[in-house]
Amino acid sequence: MSASSPRSLHPTRLAESTGRAVVVFLVLPLVAIIPMSFSDTRYLSMPHDGLSTLHYWRLFSEPAWRDSLLQSVGVALPAACLALLIGLSFCLGAWQRQGNMVRLLQILMLGPLIVPGIIHAVAYHRALSFIGLFDSFAGTVLVHAIKGLPFVVLSVSASLSSVHPATLQLARSLGASPAQALWRTLLPQIRYGIAAGFIFAFVTSWDEIVVTLFITSRNVITLPKQIWQSLFLNLDPVVAALGSLALLATLLALLATSLSGSRLRSLPSPNTIA
Amino acid sequence: MILPSAIALGREFAGARFQIAPVRGLSVQDGLVIGSVLVLIACYLLPLGAVVALSFLVPVPGIGNYWSIFQNATVHAVVGKTLWISSLTVGLTLLLGYITAYALVQAGPVARKLMLAGVLLPLWISVLVRNYAWIALLSPGGIVNSILIRWGWLDQPVSLVRNSFGVVLGMVHYMLPYAILPIYAQMARIDSTLPHLARSLGASPRQAFIRVFLPLSRPGLAAAAFLTSIMSLGFYLTPAMLGGGKTVMVAEFISIQVTETLRWDIATTLSTLLLLVTGALVWRFSHLLELATAKPKT
Repeated sequence: MSASSPRSLHPTRLAESTGRAVVVFLVLPLVAIIPMSFSDTRYLSMPHDGLSTLHYWRLFSEPAWRDSLLQSVGVALPAACLALLIGLSFCLGAWQRQGNMVRLLQILMLGPLIVPGIIHAVAYHRALSFIGLFDSFAGTVLVHAIKGLPFVVLSVSASLSSVHPATLQLARSLGASPAQALWRTLLPQIRYGIAAGFIFAFVTSWDEIVVTLFITSRNVITLPKQIWQSLFLNLDPVVAALGSLALLATLLALLATSLSGSRLRSLPSPNTIA
Repeated sequence: MILPSAIALGREFAGARFQIAPVRGLSVQDGLVIGSVLVLIACYLLPLGAVVALSFLVPVPGIGNYWSIFQNATVHAVVGKTLWISSLTVGLTLLLGYITAYALVQAGPVARKLMLAGVLLPLWISVLVRNYAWIALLSPGGIVNSILIRWGWLDQPVSLVRNSFGVVLGMVHYMLPYAILPIYAQMARIDSTLPHLARSLGASPRQAFIRVFLPLSRPGLAAAAFLTSIMSLGFYLTPAMLGGGKTVMVAEFISIQVTETLRWDIATTLSTLLLLVTGALVWRFSHLLELATAKPKT
């Protein structure tokens, strides 16, 4: 409320400066890692004698870091595809259906987003050991896909909700085969939802650490797990380099979406729910 | 057992408005729902169900595990600590989140865009990296300490992480965007002339805020409280990294039972209880989630 009387000005000013301080607090650790990443020492510190890109090179040259990067891509890509497959099937199947059953199933599909990670960790630690997939590539992909599933369901059902209900019948009545109706009329209309779901599922897998810690051992070492392990040794500036790259990528993506207009902006962000 | 009932289930809502191609009484649409739900059952509900089942089965069948959990002094301490840290962090987050959302509404278009970017940015950076940054900034040999000492504000370095302070700081930092966004989304919908109207009708600024603005913004606040409460109860990573083993909350306690003491009875029983509490919160307040997913106006 922009009350203009001088008496109410004071609390409003206070709120404004507190709000700004909170935003500074939010970005502070993100900004702080940038100078650390250019450190010229092997341990974590602000740069001493000069700036160095050493740690950025180490990310791609040291086997432990390079392999974990590759493993993370290798897990996140199939996991996101699998999440998309399951989520898209569900959304297309449940489209235009009402009733308590559908609502219940939708809530179940969002379960992996709501249930605390540690419970997933306990459950999958047990289940994957039971079926012999503990510390395996396949088991990790499966679990990551399940964790990414809610984001696919959220994005795809959001974009489906704005598709005209008679789209498929119309296409069929104009002579399209069922497959053509799906591929050429329905899917193009929800492609942004599909793309967003895929990206969110990918990022979920890329970031996943809590469950991964409990379902892997020496075989599967994704990037977050490599970070986790490195933190027990020392505060390696490689992590700062990694964070700075992630920050750069995020800023570029934010810039791209704000430039590309309203289409992408109308997509739901998974982070506003979880 | 599962397959026939899943098919029956599929048929039940086969009041479908479009049928792509009927196959033996089941439309493709039914098949899609049944297939995806079966995958969810096999890959998600079964592992979770096994945790619940185990809590009643190991080491001996019965409700003995729950009985002993309620009498276990260590568990009491851990649950007490969790509730205390959770309420403190949720309270702080809501207070700061509300003020920040208010500042966002008040800000001009450019400042608002910048502030929103600052709120959104941390969401995309791994919590591992963020915690790493906090350790780097706040540890005794860290940057904040060396600055405070150089400026003569401190004689001895103080440890600002690996204790409860670090945990609270890290958790509040993590949860703030999840509080700010739904509150802001709600505040942005409030007709900005209403508080002025209240003022012109004789309300004091405080009255206009407490009786007009605050009630109108309450749905956003409730959604934020719901989201942050669920998060804070099951928080694992931040307490584990910034707590230094001194501030053990429920999630970390469960992890110790799984990886170190191998007490599956305690792990599964506590997991089941945590699941129950989370489920109850969702059951009671899930209508708030729709608000939480609402997109803030930019």
